[in-house]
Amino acid sequence: MHHPAPRHPRLDPLADRYAARTHGMKTSEIRALFSVVSRPEVVSLAGGMPAVTALPLDAVGSMIGELVSGMGAQTLQYGSGQGDPRLRERICDVMALEGITDASPSEVVVTVGSQQGLDLVTRVFCDPGDVVLAEGPSYVGALGVFQAAEARVEHVPMDDDGLIPEALEQALIECRAAGDRVKFLYTVPNYHNPAGVTLSEPRRQAVMEIAERYDLLVIEDNPYGLLGFDREPMRALRARDDRRVIYLGSFSKTFSPGLRVGWVLAPLAVREKLVLATEAQVLCPPSLTQYAVARYLDTQPWREQIKHFVELYRERRDATLESLQALMPAGTTWTKPDGGFYVWLKLPHGLDAKLMQPRAVNAHVAYVPGIGFYADGSGREHMRLSYCYPEPDQIREGVRRLARVVEAELDLHSTFDGVDTGSFRAVSGSQPGIVGPANSDRFEDRP
Amino acid sequence: MSEPAPAPAPAPAVEPEPPAHPLRAVVLAGGLNVEREVSLSSGTQVAEELARAGVEAELRDADAELLPGLAAAPADAVFIALHGATGEDGALRAVLDLAGVHYVGSPAAACRLAWDKPAAKSVVRSAGVATPDWVALPHSTFRELGAGAVLDLIVARLGLPLMVKPASGGSALGVQKVSRVEDLPAAMVGCFAYGDTVMVERFVDGVELALSVVDLGDGPEALPAVEIAPESGVFDYTSRYTPGLTEYHAPARVSAEVAERAAEIAVHVHRVLGLADLSRTDAIVTPDGEVHFLEVNVSPGLTETSMFPMAVEASGSSLGDVLARLLTRRASTLR
Repeated sequence: MHHPAPRHPRLDPLADRYAARTHGMKTSEIRALFSVVSRPEVVSLAGGMPAVTALPLDAVGSMIGELVSGMGAQTLQYGSGQGDPRLRERICDVMALEGITDASPSEVVVTVGSQQGLDLVTRVFCDPGDVVLAEGPSYVGALGVFQAAEARVEHVPMDDDGLIPEALEQALIECRAAGDRVKFLYTVPNYHNPAGVTLSEPRRQAVMEIAERYDLLVIEDNPYGLLGFDREPMRALRARDDRRVIYLGSFSKTFSPGLRVGWVLAPLAVREKLVLATEAQVLCPPSLTQYAVARYLDTQPWREQIKHFVELYRERRDATLESLQALMPAGTTWTKPDGGFYVWLKLPHGLDAKLMQPRAVNAHVAYVPGIGFYADGSGREHMRLSYCYPEPDQIREGVRRLARVVEAELDLHSTFDGVDTGSFRAVSGSQPGIVGPANSDRFEDRP
Repeated sequence: MSEPAPAPAPAPAVEPEPPAHPLRAVVLAGGLNVEREVSLSSGTQVAEELARAGVEAELRDADAELLPGLAAAPADAVFIALHGATGEDGALRAVLDLAGVHYVGSPAAACRLAWDKPAAKSVVRSAGVATPDWVALPHSTFRELGAGAVLDLIVARLGLPLMVKPASGGSALGVQKVSRVEDLPAAMVGCFAYGDTVMVERFVDGVELALSVVDLGDGPEALPAVEIAPESGVFDYTSRYTPGLTEYHAPARVSAEVAERAAEIAVHVHRVLGLADLSRTDAIVTPDGEVHFLEVNVSPGLTETSMFPMAVEASGSSLGDVLARLLTRRASTLR
């Protein structure tokens, strides 16, 4: 038989050439397990996908069609690196709803989702080894950006009122003592992803006072701020300080994530660097989707649409909290969001949401294990549940399945927890790696 | 209705005539279990390779649309690239038998046996093949007899390190090597998340080999062994599916004598378990040259980082040609 020379033995002839920062880029078992969520039998409480089918799709479709047929010369062409001026004006109108009334369109940079905005800000500010402070847990997409920039994340704990100011101050003191360069605090103050909590008004003031005292730059990431269920939007951190807060905004939750339109509001000097950085990265944000958002804001009842989204998400939040209350075993706790998409659930002591995930997949329910929301391996007892996408009946069924999974896992732990391996007898009758002929038959497990 | 016959179809004496029209295949991939991602990757590669070999290949999931779809647009044969339950445990094949659908691969009853790793080990050991000592137990046994007492016995008799793995399933999901006794309870908890029975196996150190077998009509034949050398020392999910984290050598860097013995064992396993068309046996070669059977896969991975395609390539054939020949044979052969 002919034997040709084998391919490169590592299947990747470039294996030795990658940058050091790619070493964490590995195929993940957790990601693989998510593959089943595309099957309709599975209730996914995993992905934070907005309910885009609640949009007036025909009207949006006509609007985008007209942008191409009537304005193709502009909408299909390159545009400004900073973003379309008309859209930047409308973005300032949107930010005014959260108390940012002094923003100038010239301070706004339109980005490919706020994700690109965060990437630009991180590139502009962080060198390898710099420290970023972030809530614990923190948005997984932000942790990915910080890791790619080789920045070190120090988590600051939260409670039901959001980031704990005293813990923030303590973290700053410790970083100073250790000689770390803290480049900024990254925070999601409203309806936090994944924790579901909101930074209270007194704490907003306290955080900004600490920022002033320690000369701390704050990156305020606010995709969910207009999605509060029971109150008017909170006043943004940026509304309190236009010098030390860089604000990230997004249309992904209030209009459409598929259009990938977000923005950064930053002081002029920072904006200059952001524009140069975005031109190096993508030249300019997509013209068509920028025009689409601007036209949507100009011609559609978008404030009414946000109210419609809020009612829909409130109903789903209620279904989630009621089901959790009725079904989850004792020892399980969870946050009670008053806006946004997420509940942060803590399992009974000792359970591990990542290890439990295959059981959940087999039970046809999906969630995101908490470990992904920490840079330091914490969060094993936690999971994120998203209620934004499934219908209330699906949510109730999903929580029912999840409760059974947790019960089965508790049963398993009651069997194995507390086993005193220290009292095991000495190993006998075999040596590591050697198959003992004397006992090979006795250990046969006959079918 | 009687159960479909467990034995594979007898090999025809002459190469069957291919259908007059271009061969039409349905490639089944996806499924509803933890191996879905790997299966989709296998299925995509199979469909592309078949298309390259001139086969009209359609990728389909095993869902409620499948049977009506096959009835409305019959395929000459189905290629099962499903991994995990349904695809590998014989269930889907039994349904295809009921529907009279031709498919590539092992029959339902043989799959049921191979799917049950402890049962397959028993049969293989009875047939004279070495396999590491093991014990397979359901959670209820630990609950009823006390986990401490049972684990104590296991460690005393099988020693350390131990391999803890689900009693069924593939893609290395849930498999853990346990070197310290204090890590054993947590490993059991992690493994039971994949299924109700866990197999604890004595760890055997040596060279890890993937032994692919293919039967193109002249009886099962072993392809060159693929040697697996993961950078981390453990061939887990990440090492398996991230290019660059594992070295593969095909043919394996073992003596001709060991290679021959490994090939014999792979064919022997294929026969004694009643497998058909293709299989992949995973084995360890100890420093003294003995080949130890670990498990057999009736639906071996066919992704870009899988060992069956590497073995085909090392044999001088193309994957598309081999898969097309398997399909051609099944298209014209009733079980």
